[in-house]
Formats: sequence, structure tokens, C-alpha cells
Amino acid sequence: MLGELGQLALCFALGLSLVMAVAGLLGARADAPNSGLNSELARSIASASTMGMMVFVVLAFGALLMGFVTSDFSIAAVANNSHTLKPMIYKITGVWGNHEGSMLLWVLVLSLYAGAVAAMGRGGARLTSAALGVQGLLAAAFILFILFTSNPFLRLDPAPFEGAGLNPLLQDPGLAIHPPMLYAGYVGLSASFSYAAAALMVGEAGWARAARPFMLIAWIALTCGIALGSWWAYYELGWGGFWFWDPVENASLMPWLIATALLHSALATEKSGAFRTWTLLLAIGGFSLSLIGTFLVRSGVLSSVHAFASDPTRGFFIMVLILCAIGGALALFAWRAPTLQGGASFDTVSRESALLLNNVFLVGACAAVFVGTLYPLGLDAMTGQKISVGPPYYALTFAPIFLALLLLVPFGPKLGWRRGDLKASFHALMPALGLAGVAAVAVLAIASPRTLTGMMAFAVAGWVIGASILDIIKRKGARASAFAAALAHAGLGVTLMGVAGTTLWRSEALDVVGPGETMTVGPYTLRFDGVTQVQGPNFQATQAQLALMDGGRVVTVLRPEKRVYPAEGQETADTAIRTTGLRDLYLALGDDRGNGRWTIRAYVSPLAPFIWLGALVMAAGGFLSLWGRLRVKLGAPSPAVQPAE
Amino acid sequence: MIRTLFFLLLLAASVPAVAAPVADTFANPITETRARALQRQLRCLVCQGESIDESGATLAADLRHLVRQQIADGKNDQQIKDYLVARYGVFILMQPPLQPDTYLLWLAPFVVLFGAGGIAFWVIRRARPTGPETL
Repeated sequence: MLGELGQLALCFALGLSLVMAVAGLLGARADAPNSGLNSELARSIASASTMGMMVFVVLAFGALLMGFVTSDFSIAAVANNSHTLKPMIYKITGVWGNHEGSMLLWVLVLSLYAGAVAAMGRGGARLTSAALGVQGLLAAAFILFILFTSNPFLRLDPAPFEGAGLNPLLQDPGLAIHPPMLYAGYVGLSASFSYAAAALMVGEAGWARAARPFMLIAWIALTCGIALGSWWAYYELGWGGFWFWDPVENASLMPWLIATALLHSALATEKSGAFRTWTLLLAIGGFSLSLIGTFLVRSGVLSSVHAFASDPTRGFFIMVLILCAIGGALALFAWRAPTLQGGASFDTVSRESALLLNNVFLVGACAAVFVGTLYPLGLDAMTGQKISVGPPYYALTFAPIFLALLLLVPFGPKLGWRRGDLKASFHALMPALGLAGVAAVAVLAIASPRTLTGMMAFAVAGWVIGASILDIIKRKGARASAFAAALAHAGLGVTLMGVAGTTLWRSEALDVVGPGETMTVGPYTLRFDGVTQVQGPNFQATQAQLALMDGGRVVTVLRPEKRVYPAEGQETADTAIRTTGLRDLYLALGDDRGNGRWTIRAYVSPLAPFIWLGALVMAAGGFLSLWGRLRVKLGAPSPAVQPAE
Repeated sequence: MIRTLFFLLLLAASVPAVAAPVADTFANPITETRARALQRQLRCLVCQGESIDESGATLAADLRHLVRQQIADGKNDQQIKDYLVARYGVFILMQPPLQPDTYLLWLAPFVVLFGAGGIAFWVIRRARPTGPETL
């Protein structure tokens, strides 16, 4: 029953999304008193069908969720990805731990954004209507994709007695919330995309303001989603790394870079009308990269061209869909953008120029990731030549471009709109330059080895954070947006310190130890106290005990594990991490070497927590900006005219 | 799906093993550092973007052994890389070589960067309040 209900709800949602598309686009036309069609009515229909579509997608998702919660193995997706013994939370997250369910989650997020646009979208009625029309088209296309190639409600007859289980690597709290978070970001960019397409259709300039809350939400979600994924890789994969330049990771980084550029460019468009067409192009580009990311991850094209061929319908369908969406939007852009009134005037030295420069570097950095991810696929497809594009490539392309951007970041907030004063800004930034010097000297004094890269990274971090601190203390009573920018920029500096610390000064030890023996890593001494067997709900763990020693005293006991999941027939490593906030002691249990001796891998990663702390600070900046917006919208007096607090 | 499964199987297979050979460590710390650095530049051919330094796959262990053997034989890094490239192709190098079919790969980010910079320069000049084209 459940499966059929879900299927039915999805079909209704498809119908309503088509209504949305037609009504929304009709409603975008100017009101003409004598025309046969009533634009006003069309807008009401678009709005109502959006809400209806959202409700039916929620119902469909709910049906699949119930299937997973009640372990209804007559539904193929449940049987293939769930198990009765799994803890409830992983039954729930199993919904999106597979292709079909994750596509349904994708559509769910799209429908929620569409509902939010319909309910709360600011901007003119025609703009909102056109945006809903575009969202309707996207929803219809993706629901069709689900129904025809990735139906999560397919039945199994007879139903198996037990499910195949969920990949143990995915049975983890971090990864449980990672996909919804990332999708909230990926798909959230669809709102900016739809608004941009709508603005091109109706020629409304106010779209950037209307779309900004959605841009911010998407950006915050992307920031958190990427950070969560990286954190998960760090503690779960057991190599102590946090970013592998894996194509799947890159697929999420590209939209983030463009979304960041969009946030900055849209600010200029909103404040002074500058870069109108460019901002539109970024909004289209950001979501296009999300779509390409979805395609890369979902089609299987990434690991090999052959995996792609194993399910040609799916890959082909989604490729056509994406080409239509991106091509359509770009065609609309090419056709309509020249008609837009362009160009506010501003000085060469101004906030506008700074924002534009920010975009130049972000687009360059994104190009490095884009080429690095796709070039090997293209080369292999065309010439059969296989190459690897690993971390050294990004260290030579992405890293210098991004570091150059960070060097310029402090100037942005200091320069005035339309006309800035470079000299005065530089003077105001002197304390930040001082902090940069202190950071570099600190590296020279404390770090070992004393690398030039490390000194540069810390100087840049000090420079960015120092400038942010200046912004915060010198602008008492300023708008929330100024603080938001300062926070977000400071977060970049914090993350940079974490990245530099972990990459440059990590110490590691790899020892085979028997009971009672000790090993040292960095400043720590660990005593191995043997292993015990621990029974989990759906796994059997071999747990090692390692006592962290301080002289003869035991400070704490760390317990890295290896888990065997019998249902899935897989093994995972569970690392033990002890953090002081300034550095992580990271332990992973290796092989059984016989006679009670085990291989232990230990890392000491200085400043590792800063990587994710920085992302949190960035996200906090995003939240603050969003809060400032919503407060203004909810009718509070404009902060600009409020007295200083 | 197949791709994911393949990846996960590899991951699962790689978990029990360890990062670097235990019995195969150079006593001289400088040589050891050099070996580790070299290992990080070589790709584990059957893994998902891992170097042979971090991978636990059997092939990675064999390759590590090979690298260390060659270091012990007195070969320099370039000779070892050349040997491996001759045997496995450039796919084994984490850093793609600069050759005609990778010019675009290496240049594209900077072409985009400078292209965008050029456009920005043009836009900024055009937007100057004193410029003839404004207003």
C-alpha cells in the first residue's frame, strides 16, 4: 500500500509541477486588461499548485520514510539498503543512502524551496510567478527522471525476509546529516537560478534582493555540508586526511565557490546596480555546477566510463535534463541580457571593484577545480590516455589563486561604495599587518619544520583575521551585514590555519605494539593495553585500549575500533580522537599481528579542529547576514537609522 | 551504483591494512622522509584517488616495496618515476606531467583567471564616473 501511495503522490506532484510551470510562466506576462488570459489568476494558480506540489512530494517522501522505518522489504529500495537490526536513526538516513532515495530527497528540497519562494518570496508578483514557473519546470524534469529511471517505490515479489543492510561507512551520525545539508545547498541554488531566469524574462532589477535570503541559506548549507563531509572523511576513513580532492568532493566545492562569488556580486548589484548581467550569469552558473555535480555523482561517470555504460538510461536522461536546463538558461541569458540596463558608475578604487576582483579569483579557483575534475574524464574519453590529477595539481593551481584572493580580502570591507580610498584603507589595516607579522614570527619560533609555506599561510591568516577583528571593533552600531562579512572572512583565516597546521606539521607513528608496550607520537606517549571484543547493535567491534601517559600517570584511555558488520559483510575502522582544541591526537587500529600484537597508526595533527571551526564561523557569518535581512523584512526599523547600541 | 559498490569494496578492503610498510622502513630518517614523499606522489592504481602512501591495497604495498627497493639500489626520484611511468603509464603520477595533451589542463585555470581579470579591468575602466560611456 505504502509504496503505491508514494508513487501516486509523486505522480500528483508531477502533474502539479507542470501546472506550476505553465501557470507561473503565464503569470509572468504583464497585465493586459483585454487579453483573454488573466495573469492575476495564473499567478494564484501557480502559487497554489506550488503548495500542492510541495505537499505531495512531502507525502511521497514520507511514504518512503515509513517504508524504511517499518522495514517494508517489499519495496526494493528498502530491501536493498536497510536491515531490521539497524538502529532507527540509520533506518531513517538509509532513505537517502541510495540512488533512488537521494534523488527523491533532491526533489523534496527543490519543492521546499519552491514553497518558500511562493510563500515568502519578495519582489514583484510577475518576478515571483516566473521564478515559480522555472522551479516547476525543474521539479517536473526531476520527478520524471525519478519515475522513469530511479523509482524508489518499485516492488519486490516475493518480499525478502531481511534487507541487505546499509553500507556501514554510511552508518555514522556525521554522514547521516551530511547529504540533506549538502542538498539544501546544492538545490538551494535553484532558487537563485529561478529568480535569475525570471529576472531575464520580466526584466526586473530587484531580483537580487528577492533572491538573497535563498542564496544565503544555500551558501550556509553548502558550507556546513562540505565541512561535515570533510569532517566525516577525517574521522571515519582513518587516514587522518580531511580533503582528498576526490571528484565527489570537488563536485560540492565548485558550487560553493560560485555561490560565494554570487553572494558578493549580488551585493554590488543590489547596492549600486553594478554587474547586473554578471550576477545573473553567476546565479545560472552556480546551479549549473550543482546539476553537473549531481550528474557526476549520480551517473557513475566518475570512477570510470564503463560504470556509466552500466546504466545508460539514467546517465543519458540526467545528461539531457542538465543540458536542457543549462542550455535553456544560457540561451535566455544570451537573448535577454543585452536588453538589461547596465552599469552603475564607480571609481577604480571602490567596493564595487573589490567585489569584482573577488569574483575574478573565485572564478579562477573554480576553473582549477573544474578542469582538474573533468579534464581526465574528457582526455580518457577522447584519446584513451589516462592521467591522474591529484593534490599536487591543486597545490599548484587552486592554492595560489585562493591565497591571492585571501590577500585582497581585507581591503574589500574597508573600501567605500562607489569611491574608496586605498591609502586610508591600508592605514586602517596596519594593525592587521602587524598581526600577520606576529603570526609569521610565531611560526618561525614555534613550528618545526619552519617552512616558508607555513609562514606565508599564517601571515595571510593573521592578516585576514586581524582585518576582521578591526572591522568588528571599529564599527560599533554598524549593520549586521558588516559583522556578518567580518565573521565569514575571519572563518576563512581560521580554516587556513587549520589546513596549514595539519598539512605541514602533522607527525605520525606506525608501530606494532604488544600489551604493556608503549609507543610515542609527537609529544604523546601511549601504552597499549590490549584489545577487547564489543558487541554493537548490528556490528561486532574489536576495540583497542591505549592509555595516554603522562610520566607514570594515565591521563585518559583512547579506544580505536575495527567493526565488522555481519549483515553487510563489511569492515570499518572507527578512529579515536582526543582533541585539545589546538591539536588532535588521532588513533586508528590496524592489523592483528599475532600474539596479542597489533598495528596502531597514530597522528598528531596541530590545529586540525580549526579546519571545521573556521567553516562554522563562516556559516555563522551567513546566519548573521540572513538574520539581519529577515529582521529588516519583518518590519523592524532599518538598522541604518538605529542609534548605536 | 556499480561504481559506488566498487569504491566501497575497495574502501572496505583497504581498512584493515596499514598506511606504510612496517618491516620496510629505512633506518636513515632522511631516506625515509624521501621515500614517504615519493610515495605520496604515486597513485595507487586500483584505488579512488589515493596515493600508495596512504592506501592499504595489496598493490599499493607492492608498489611501496618496489619504490623502496629502487631507492635502496641508489636510483634518484626521477629515475624511479620514469621506471614506474614506463611500466604503468602516467596515470601513476599524482601530478600530471606537463606535455602536449595536458597543456590545457595546466593552463586553463590561469587562462580563466587572467581572462576574467581582463574583463574586470575593462568593466572597471568603463564604470569610471568620468568615463564617456557612463550616464
